[in-house]
Formats: sequence, C-alpha cells, structure tokens
Amino acid sequence: MSEAIVTVKSIEQTNKYSKTIRFDWDAEAKPGQFIMVWCPGMDEIPLSLSSVDDEKSITFKVIGPDTEALASKSVGDKLRIRGPYGNGYDLSSKRILVVGGGIGIAPITPVLKCKDVDAVFAARDAGEVAYADPLGKEYCKNHWICTDDGSMGEHCNAVEMVKKVLAEHEYDEIIACGPEVMLFFLLKYLNEIGMKCQFSLERYMKCGAGVCGACMCDEHRVCKDGPVFTGEQINKMKDFGTGRRDACGTFVSYR
Amino acid sequence: MSGLKVTVGKISFDRPGIVASGIMDETGDTMVRMLRSGAGAVVSKSVGSNPNPGHRNPNFTEVPCGCINAMGLPNPGIDAFAEEMEVAVKEGPIIGSVYGSSPGEFAELAGKMEDYGACAVELNLSCPHAKGYGMEVGTDPKMVGTIVKAVKDAVKVPVWVKLTPNTHILQDIGRSVEEAGGDAIVAINTLKAMVIVPEFGKPLLSNKVCGLSGKCIKPIGVRAVWDLHNAVSIPIVGVGGIYDHRDALEYIMAGASAFQLGSAVLTEGVDVFEKINRGLEAFMEEYGYGSIEEMRGVAHE
Ligand SMILES: Cc1cc2nc3c(=O)[nH]c(=O)nc-3n(C[C@H](O)[C@H](O)[C@H](O)COP(=O)(O)OP(=O)(O)OC[C@H]3O[C@@H](n4cnc5c(N)ncnc54)[C@H](O)[C@@H]3O)c2cc1C
Ligand SMILES: Cc1cc2nc3c(=O)[nH]c(=O)nc-3n(C[C@H](O)[C@H](O)[C@H](O)COP(=O)(O)O)c2cc1C
Ligand code: FES
Repeated sequence: MSEAIVTVKSIEQTNKYSKTIRFDWDAEAKPGQFIMVWCPGMDEIPLSLSSVDDEKSITFKVIGPDTEALASKSVGDKLRIRGPYGNGYDLSSKRILVVGGGIGIAPITPVLKCKDVDAVFAARDAGEVAYADPLGKEYCKNHWICTDDGSMGEHCNAVEMVKKVLAEHEYDEIIACGPEVMLFFLLKYLNEIGMKCQFSLERYMKCGAGVCGACMCDEHRVCKDGPVFTGEQINKMKDFGTGRRDACGTFVSYR
Repeated sequence: MSGLKVTVGKISFDRPGIVASGIMDETGDTMVRMLRSGAGAVVSKSVGSNPNPGHRNPNFTEVPCGCINAMGLPNPGIDAFAEEMEVAVKEGPIIGSVYGSSPGEFAELAGKMEDYGACAVELNLSCPHAKGYGMEVGTDPKMVGTIVKAVKDAVKVPVWVKLTPNTHILQDIGRSVEEAGGDAIVAINTLKAMVIVPEFGKPLLSNKVCGLSGKCIKPIGVRAVWDLHNAVSIPIVGVGGIYDHRDALEYIMAGASAFQLGSAVLTEGVDVFEKINRGLEAFMEEYGYGSIEEMRGVAHE
C-alpha cells in the first residue's frame, strides 16, 4: 500500500446518479481493488478503482454526505488516498462472463480492459446503465443490458438476464459486483447449475487494511481477505445475504 | 510445542503469543480464527457499557514502521458482546478487555466478562484518544489503585491492567496495580501521536490526536517492561511492535511472561503467530533454553 495526495484531473457525470473523478497515480493496482479516499469536509470512505492504469479513476453514486462532498470537487482539488487495498479479481479462467449491477458496473469495467470477456450490465433504468453500452461495444465480443423498468435493453433483472445468456453461451466462470440482494440470488442460481464464480462484497470499513476487524463477514476481513471471494467461500458465509456489522460492530439483520 | 507453554499468574497458555486488544477481535468468529492461527489467547476488543461507533473516519493510516489509529473504542456494548464471547470462549482462552469512566463501571463490565466465560479481564487504562476514559484515568496512580481494587472485589478471574507509556511515572502506576491486588500488568498501549497533511494544513485523523503502534514503538515497550520488572513482582505481559520471534524475545528477556501483538497482522498476516512460535522453538533449541520461563528477565542478570 502507499498513500498519496492526488490532484483531480477531471470530474464528470457518469450517469444519472454517479460521478467519475480521474487522477494520476502510478501505484500498481488490479481490477477489484479499492482505495480509501479523504479530504477535509468528508469522512474517509472506501471506493473501488474504476480504472487501474496510471491514470486512475473512482466512480461513485452520490448517496450521502461523503459522496456529495466528493461530487462537489473541481479540477485541481486535492484528495488524500491510500491503497490499493484488497485482493482483486482472479482472471485466470478462460471464458469469463462479467456481471455488473447498478453502481457495481463501474468497479468491474477495468476487467473488460484486461481480458477478453463478455458482460451483463444490469441497472434500475437507462439513466443508470447507458454509459456502459459504449464500453461493452469497445471491449467485449458480446454484452447485454437489462433494466428493471425496461427503459433500455431487456426488461428483467440481472439474474434473469444471466439465465438467458447462459442458455446460449458457455463460460468457465462468472465474476460479479453489485448489490448484495442481486449477488444473493445470483449465487443461488449459479449453485443450482454448478457454475464457478467470484463476487465482490462490501462491508463497513474503517482501517481498510485488515487490522481493526470492522468489516468482518463471518471470520473474513472483507478489506484484506476480500473484497473478492469465491462462490465456495461465500456459500459458507452465514452473514452473506443475512446482515452486516455497523460502525459499532453490532450485527444488523437485513430483515 | 510444550516448550512454548507459559503461565501468567494463575492461568497458563499453550502458546506465548496473545492477540492484542483492538486487532481482529471484535466478533466471535474473528477471535476463533485468531486462536486457530497460532495465538495462545485473544484479548477482546475493549468493550464499554453502551454501543459506541468510535471516532469518524479517517481513524487509521500506515506510517513508516507502524501505524496510527484513533478508532475511539468502537464496540457493540457489553450486552451485545455476550454473543461474540459465547462463540469465542468455546475455542480457547479469551481475555475480556473493558473500559469505563468510573471504578463502578469497570467492576460491572468486568463482572459481565467473567460471566461470559473470559479467563481473565484486562482493564484498558491506557487508550490515548478516548476522552474521559483510558489514559486520563490510567496516569493517576491513586485512581488506578481504586479501579483495580473495585474490579478485584467484583470478579474471581485474574485482573490484568493495561498501562500507557505516555507517562514518566510508569513504575509508580505499576506499584499501585500490585498493591491493589492486580494479577498482571500489560504494557504498552499506543503512544500519543499526530499526523498532519501539509497540503490541507490539517491533522489527518478526525480525532486529530491518535496512538502510534507497530515496529517503531518496540524499544519503548521493551524499556517499559524492563522498568516494570524492576518495580513489581506480579507478571508482566509485553506488547508493542512485536513482528517476529526476536522481538518477542526482547520482551521476554526484559521480564515479560507472555506477549501480545497487533499491528504486525497488517504486514505479516494472521499467521504471524505461527511463524513466531516456530521461530521461538528454533531459537530455544539452538541456545539451549527449555522453556519461555527460563528466558524471562535474563537481560537483568
Ligand atoms: C470495498 C468497497 C468498495 C466500494 N466501492 C464503491 C464504488 O466504487 N462506488 C460507489 O459508489 N460506492 C462504493 N462503495 C460504497 C461507498 O463506500 C459508500 O457508498 C460511501 O461510503 C457512502 O458514503 P456517504 O457519506 O455518501 O453516504 P452515507 O449516508 O454515509 O452512507 C450510505 C451507506 O454507505 C455505506 N457506507 C458508509 N460509510 C461506509 C464505510 N466507511 N465503509 C463502507 N460502507 C460505508 C453504508 O452502507 C451506508 O449505509 C464501496 C464500498 C466498499 C466497502
Ligand atoms: C487499530 C487498533 C485498535 C486498538 N484498539 C485497542 C483497544 O480497543 N484496547 C486496547 O487496550 N488497545 C488497543 N490498541 C492497542 C493495542 O492493543 C496495542 O497495545 C498496541 O497497538 C501496541 O502493540 P502493536 O505494536 O503490536 O500493535 C489498538 C491498536 C490498534 C492498532
Ligand atoms: S476495515 Fe479494518 S479490518 Fe477491514
């Protein structure tokens, strides 16, 4: 890991809900890894890298005070970052189908640039997913888009889309990032058909570096042992799909 | 591995390395994982009366040769912690760490940890970044004595007292612990520190003041254990900057009966305990020591 003060090179509206900040940072990073981002006026938060080249980027959905503070940055502003943290995706399987759901699309796009893969982009509506279409066209042989409201691509959810794709195409592994409910039902289906997979998980993070124990999912540190876990590992996690720890470490059930 | 067995007062551990409070010990499953990774025992996260989210992020960063933190004692509160302890104590020895703002509160929390099956309690009198708790009570020998006495009256399990190096009267505080009936002293907690980001002209952490741990504090910890060994006769547990078996040996030879480590998990991973165990065995074999106890305090001779 390293720490750096980086300069905002550009900030743009990625889609209806999200922004992307680009900055130069020559640290070596893998798709699926994340950084801790801070500047005065916000709390430090974990964000995945949406580009892992020397010019790196973060893409974030504006949902609360800290992402709002980031969204108000301008070119030339400074950010203090540390990382990259986490393990990243294992891209050794031959035929991979990438599945990004909602804000989970952005952190999975660096995979498209590293390897020949096919992709499913699933989102609430066209406003959330339209930006991914050109990426799919540029980097994938096949890509599919679906939306909950039918405003773009197929009118279905991510799991239904994956079912349709798998009916016609063969893959060795599925790599997915998205809301935990999506991952939960996707895993259920992939278990039924015996398909190998890796998912990126999220938990509340403090140190981000594997010491404090804030981000535990069962006995796994999501920040250090993850955030990418195999289907085999996730199948054994009783917290997955059930609940998560809050800032106090109290287990909060999803239901 | 019988050569690695240690005793701290009335309790013994199969392995001498213990997970320090605040590192990989907030949940039951995590504590189980650490016991299975070669630790002889785990000290729980310091737990208080009520749920506490701790200080806001940023509250941690790596620095050269260590790390700084001002987590602010996040914990789910002593009642919710019952569930975590229930899972952990089935696997091995857990020392329940508690923090409070009065002798009565310490006693009540320690009593609950005892009920939950803790093999000992550790009083955190040494957190450098929690206002009204920790270090503020832990640098007054009289107050320390009062707290230890209150807890001793309330529990049967051994009472360990974790001290801060942020004082010039460490030996006086140590003697207060001993006089009040404390069973062991744990030294040291983090050193009071600060990091400033020049580009922003501001301290990095939300709490501004923080605690320094890791490699860079080892010589201070070893000296603290040395001084305490000269001042008290109750067992001492050494902690601060232990990354390998040679670091652990420095503490043992300064007078520690066992040792704890935390920050090393950051760079060495959770199997650091297993590596240290193997290193200690090889060292003892080569230098002809039959037990950890045989090496304890030899630097004073
Ligand atoms: C490894 C990892 C990678 C992530 N990558 C991205 C990404 O690429 N793009 C993106 O938009 N979001 C990402 N997130 C989620 C992002 O961290 C939160 O959206 C952000 O912290 C919200 O902060 P806020 O103040 O705007 O909202 P708040 O109102 O403070 O929080 C909204 C929700 O965000 C989550 N959150 C808040 N603080 C934290 C924290 N310290 N750690 C983890 N979750 C938190 C909680 O679930 C909370 O309920 C990632 C999270 C993790 C753990
Ligand atoms: C992230 C972090 C959290 C900590 N939390 C606690 C705590 O809750 N209670 C406590 O007594 N000490 C706490 N400490 C201090 C450690 O237990 C230990 O005394 C100190 O870090 C020195 O040991 P080390 O150099 O091996 O890390 C914490 C340390 C770190 C790095
Ligand atoms: S956030 Fe501290 S261990 Fe993961």
